[in-house]
Amino acid sequence: MKLIMKKEFNVIAQIIKNNKRVLDIGCGDGTLMEYLKVNQQNDVRGLEPEKNLVQKCISKGLSVIEGDAEKELVQFPKKSFDYVVLSQTLQAFLYPEEVLKQLLRIGKQTIVSIPNFGYWKVRLHLLFKGTMPVTKNLPHEWYSTPNLHMCTIKDFVNFCKEKNITIDRSLCLTNEKISEITNNNMFYKNIFSQLGIFVIE
Amino acid sequence: MNIEIKNIKKLIIGQSVELDCGKIIKDFPLAYETYGTLNKNKSNAILVFHALTGDQFVTNINPITKRVGWWKTAVGPGKAIDTNKYFIICANVLGGCMGSFGPKEINPETNKLFETTFPVITIKDMVKVQKYLLDYLGIKKLLAVAGGSMGGMQVLQFTSLYPDSSYAAIPIACSASHSAQNIALNELGRQAIMADPNWKKENSTPDKGLAVARMAAHITYLSKKELQEKFGRKLQDKGSLKFSFDADFQIESYLRYQGANFVDRFDANSYLYITRAMDYFDMEKQFNGNLSLAFKNTKSRFCVISFSSDWLYPTIENKEIVIALNACGANVGFVEINSDKGHDSFLLDVPEFLKTLSQFLDSTYNEINNEKRI
Repeated sequence: MKLIMKKEFNVIAQIIKNNKRVLDIGCGDGTLMEYLKVNQQNDVRGLEPEKNLVQKCISKGLSVIEGDAEKELVQFPKKSFDYVVLSQTLQAFLYPEEVLKQLLRIGKQTIVSIPNFGYWKVRLHLLFKGTMPVTKNLPHEWYSTPNLHMCTIKDFVNFCKEKNITIDRSLCLTNEKISEITNNNMFYKNIFSQLGIFVIE
Repeated sequence: MNIEIKNIKKLIIGQSVELDCGKIIKDFPLAYETYGTLNKNKSNAILVFHALTGDQFVTNINPITKRVGWWKTAVGPGKAIDTNKYFIICANVLGGCMGSFGPKEINPETNKLFETTFPVITIKDMVKVQKYLLDYLGIKKLLAVAGGSMGGMQVLQFTSLYPDSSYAAIPIACSASHSAQNIALNELGRQAIMADPNWKKENSTPDKGLAVARMAAHITYLSKKELQEKFGRKLQDKGSLKFSFDADFQIESYLRYQGANFVDRFDANSYLYITRAMDYFDMEKQFNGNLSLAFKNTKSRFCVISFSSDWLYPTIENKEIVIALNACGANVGFVEINSDKGHDSFLLDVPEFLKTLSQFLDSTYNEINNEKRI
């Protein structure tokens, strides 16, 4: 079976490799889960708040639970998954710090991706237009956005330092190109990356 | 119960079975029905468990009551549980009144009906005896176990007792332990039966009591919204109040009809025994307060389904099952289906539910068969 998915998911799948236990938080229609299960023989579970998406996942034979990560994560035992994945959802939680704590508890490693609010187009939008940025990656108007806690790549890295969270890998994605973030290139990556992908524990 | 039961499939279980109450039963009948064809490698069998007032006649016309089977919406050719594809087995529960060993059977020791001398049974007892049926049919591993309400409880008990006997498990609109509210509602039904002067009287049946029990229970199967929409304050005939205690309102007449109909096909003592079994059901207690231990060894893949308007077995109780399964690392999916039809949703034509059921079974079936081909 051939599955086409976005670059971000390819990157996440490469990090995870084969035969791992994975929990996908906010798994949507199960695209990443299906890829991990079919192509990499991972044992995958998902959590998704939207009923119709949960049904879609179940129809694909994926084990997905309908529920809200802010309430449901407590039920999963400590270190019960090799990887917990949170793709571009952290900013949408009411209490992202609490959710992150739970992810770190449940997963041996956690993969978090964040849309970078420090991306130059976002910066220019606010600087010159003087209105809240609306871009391809952040398509919502300020009054209807699910994104309550936007942050930049730098914000996230600083946050991890402050909370003593170990960052095992930091990657960034710009126009489908993937590269590593280091202390030296942070300034540039924080301007030119659309997405940050972090492996933390 | 007024109808005669004859010409049905029965397995006589010769082994001694020790019930939870300590009594031992032997050489007793288990009535069952099957639909569809068992495939060569016996990998398409689904054991369906019925609810409180159900029986083994899942679909088609029930030959005894002449009514359509209780799960006709879900089971049949081309339906969610497709009889063209799967082999469906359903047994009348222990304590039931459609041919299985129950209070309506004759006690060989006294040559009289058991009635209230029948031993008190549990959900676990019901499940244990059905395993003998699977052995008899030569089925080592089921494709799925499925059931709603008390049927769902049997699903949970089955997967706990036999962790490697079914690829998939579908507990629907149920609970891992009967709530105080549910015990209270069952007690209401039992008291209605026991208050009938014909109860325990020779050659008579407590029809009035059983009808009231059914009426009360029937309300709990529906949602307030549905009742309001379907009946509202509509009057039965002529559109005026009669200033009497006749059935003025359509809802009254509907409930009376439900009650009267029920007594023809159900035995009052069976109602007592089966509701008792439901009340005694507490899987958490079976595992010293830790429900997840119940599923510790389970290899089944679960799909737990609840309904938004079900107040008898609300989503929150179904979710406790999901939480316990997650806590032990079991393979579990869960969805709450939006429906206004209350607890009865699982028996009715609720397309989103039937779709979920069918797709979950299909994907499980395909996965197993793909694995085997590899």
